[in-house]
Amino acid sequence: MRALTWHGTRDVRVETVDDPEIINPRDAIVKITSTAICGSDLHLYDGVIPGVKPGDVLGHEFMGEVVDTGRDSTLKKGQRVVVPFTIACGGCFHCKSQQYSACDNSNPVEKQDMSATLYGQPMSGLFGYSHLTGGYSGGQAEYVRVPFSDVGPIVVPDHLEDEKVLFLSDILPTGWMAAENADIQPDDTVAVWGCGPVGLFAIQSAIVMGAARVIGIDHYPHRLELARKLGADIVNFRETDVREALLEMSGGIGVDAVIDAVGMESHGFAIDNMLDVAKQKVGIGADRASALKQAILAVRFGGKVSIPGVYGGMTDKWPLGAMMEKGLQIRGGQTHVQKYTKDLLAKIEDGTLDTTFLISHRLPLEDAPRGYHCFKEEQDSWTKVVLKPGMETTA
Amino acid sequence: MERETRNRFGGLLAAAGVTLSAGLVASFLARRRAWHGDDAPGYTQPRSFGDYDVTGRSVTIREPRQKLYEFWRDFANLPRFMENLEEVRQQGDDGDSVWVIKAPAGRSVEVETKIAREEPGELIAWRSVEGSDIDTEGRVTFEDAPGERGTRVKLIIAYKPPAGEVGKRVAKLFQREPAIQARHDLKRFKMLMETGEIATSARTADQTRAAQQENG
Repeated sequence: MRALTWHGTRDVRVETVDDPEIINPRDAIVKITSTAICGSDLHLYDGVIPGVKPGDVLGHEFMGEVVDTGRDSTLKKGQRVVVPFTIACGGCFHCKSQQYSACDNSNPVEKQDMSATLYGQPMSGLFGYSHLTGGYSGGQAEYVRVPFSDVGPIVVPDHLEDEKVLFLSDILPTGWMAAENADIQPDDTVAVWGCGPVGLFAIQSAIVMGAARVIGIDHYPHRLELARKLGADIVNFRETDVREALLEMSGGIGVDAVIDAVGMESHGFAIDNMLDVAKQKVGIGADRASALKQAILAVRFGGKVSIPGVYGGMTDKWPLGAMMEKGLQIRGGQTHVQKYTKDLLAKIEDGTLDTTFLISHRLPLEDAPRGYHCFKEEQDSWTKVVLKPGMETTA
Repeated sequence: MERETRNRFGGLLAAAGVTLSAGLVASFLARRRAWHGDDAPGYTQPRSFGDYDVTGRSVTIREPRQKLYEFWRDFANLPRFMENLEEVRQQGDDGDSVWVIKAPAGRSVEVETKIAREEPGELIAWRSVEGSDIDTEGRVTFEDAPGERGTRVKLIIAYKPPAGEVGKRVAKLFQREPAIQARHDLKRFKMLMETGEIATSARTADQTRAAQQENG
C-alpha cells in the first residue's frame, strides 16, 4: 500500500510499504477514506518528539471502511468507522475508569521502558506517534491495522459525510476535553492560547458549555477571524500585551480559566524561550512552554489551567511560585477519546457542533508531503489538511 | 543438602519481601523490621543475598485471583508470556516439570523443577532439583487488590548461576537485566489475562517479536 513515512526532520515521503494484516483476535483492518494532518504531527515533522524511526507511518486522525476483522472484533466488513487516536483495551483499571489514554495494555511491553523512565509509568499506545507510544503504523496510508477494534472505533451513519465526523478521531474530543478540564462555570471568562484546530474546538466547546466570555489568543489573522466567527473575543499577541489585556478584559481579577492549546513548540520572544529553542535544536531539548507560563501568570487566584497542548519532557524556569501561591488547578493529559465519541457524534448529528469550517485544504495522499510543508509554513491559510487516499492527483 | 538449600532459600525469599501467609501479624512485622527496617519489599533495596541474585516485580491485574492462579498453575501456559521460556513439560501429576529456557546462540537450557509450596489461589513456589543447570527458586503470590482493582501478582525469582561452560551461558542469559525481564513477563501476563491477547505494533504477522525470534 501507499503510506506517508517519516525519514527525518522535515523529511516525510509517500512510499509503498507492506499492507497491514490481522495479527491479534480483536484486530480489524480499515481502508482509509479520509485522514488529517494534526498540529501534533508537526512536532514529529520538526523532529522534537523522541523515538521516531525512519520508515514509520504517521497519522492518527483517520476514518474509513472496515475491510477485515479478527475473530473477536465486533465490527463488520463494510461499516464506516472513525478510529480514536488513542488505542485502548477497554478492560484494564484505567479504561474502566474511562481514562482510555492511560490504557495499561495497548503499548507493547518492549516499548514501555522509555516512557516509564520519562514519566514513572509507561504511556498507552497511540497510532503513528513514535515508538514512545508503541510504534504503531498510523493512518496516513491506504490501510491501517486497528487493535482492540471492539473498543475504539465508532460506527458512523451513512448520511454523515466523512468531513463531518472525521475530527471525532482526535481534535474535536481534544478540544472538548480541554474545555471540560477547565471546569467551566456559567460566569467564567476563559482564555485560549492558540487558535489552531484544537484551540478553535476548545473555544467552540467552552461556548457550548456556557462560558460567559471566551478569548482566543493567536497572531495569525485568519485563525483569529475563525475564533471570532465561533463567538470568541480575540487578542493578537503580536499587537497586544496579553497579560495586561486579559487582566483588563476580566475586570482586574484575571481570567477564571486558561487553556494552553499551543504545546511544546510555543512561539515567544522572551530570552528563556530562545534558550529553549537552542536546546531543542542541539538535542537536549527542554519543552518550550512560553504560552503555558504566560497562562499561569494570567489566570486568577484559584483559577483553572487546562493543558491539551502536547509536551514531552522537561521545561526550564517554571512559574512554580505563581502555581502554588495562586492555588491553581492544573489538568492535562492525552485525550480519553473513547469517553467522548458517542456524545460528540450526537452533537454533530443534531447540529450543536459543526467542525467542517476548519478544513482549508483537501489533498490526495500522494501530496501529503506538500500538506505537511504548507501546514507548517503557511499556518494562517492552511488551517486543516484532509488527505484522501482515493482522490485523483491533479498536479 | 537438598533440605539445607531449601531452608536457606526459604529465608532468602522471605528476606526479599515475600509476605506469604504469615501466621501472627505481630511476629511477622517484628521479623521484617529486624531484616530491613521499613515496609518496602526487600528486592527493591540494594542489598546482598549471598551468592544468589534475587529479583522481584509486582503487577495489578483486573481479574479474580482464582482465575490468575489457575492459569499460572498450568505451567504449560507460562511460555505464552515468559519470553525466555521455550517450553514447560509436565512430569507426572505432582507438579514436577522441565522448563526449557532459551540460551544465547540458539541453544537452550533445561531446568527440572519441583513445586516447593502451594496454597491454592494464593501462592505457588517452585525450585530446581539438585544437579540442574541453574540453581533457582521462584515464587508467585496472588493477593486481592483493594476495591475493584483485581489482584496483585508478585513474582520473585532467585538464582545462582553455576560454574562451567553451561554456567557462563546461563549467567549471560540472566544478566540481561532480570528485573526488566520479570516486569515485561508480568506485563505480558496482565495483557493476556485482561485483554486475551498480547499487544504488538507490528503491521504484518512476520514482523511480530515472536515471529522474528522464531526466525532467528
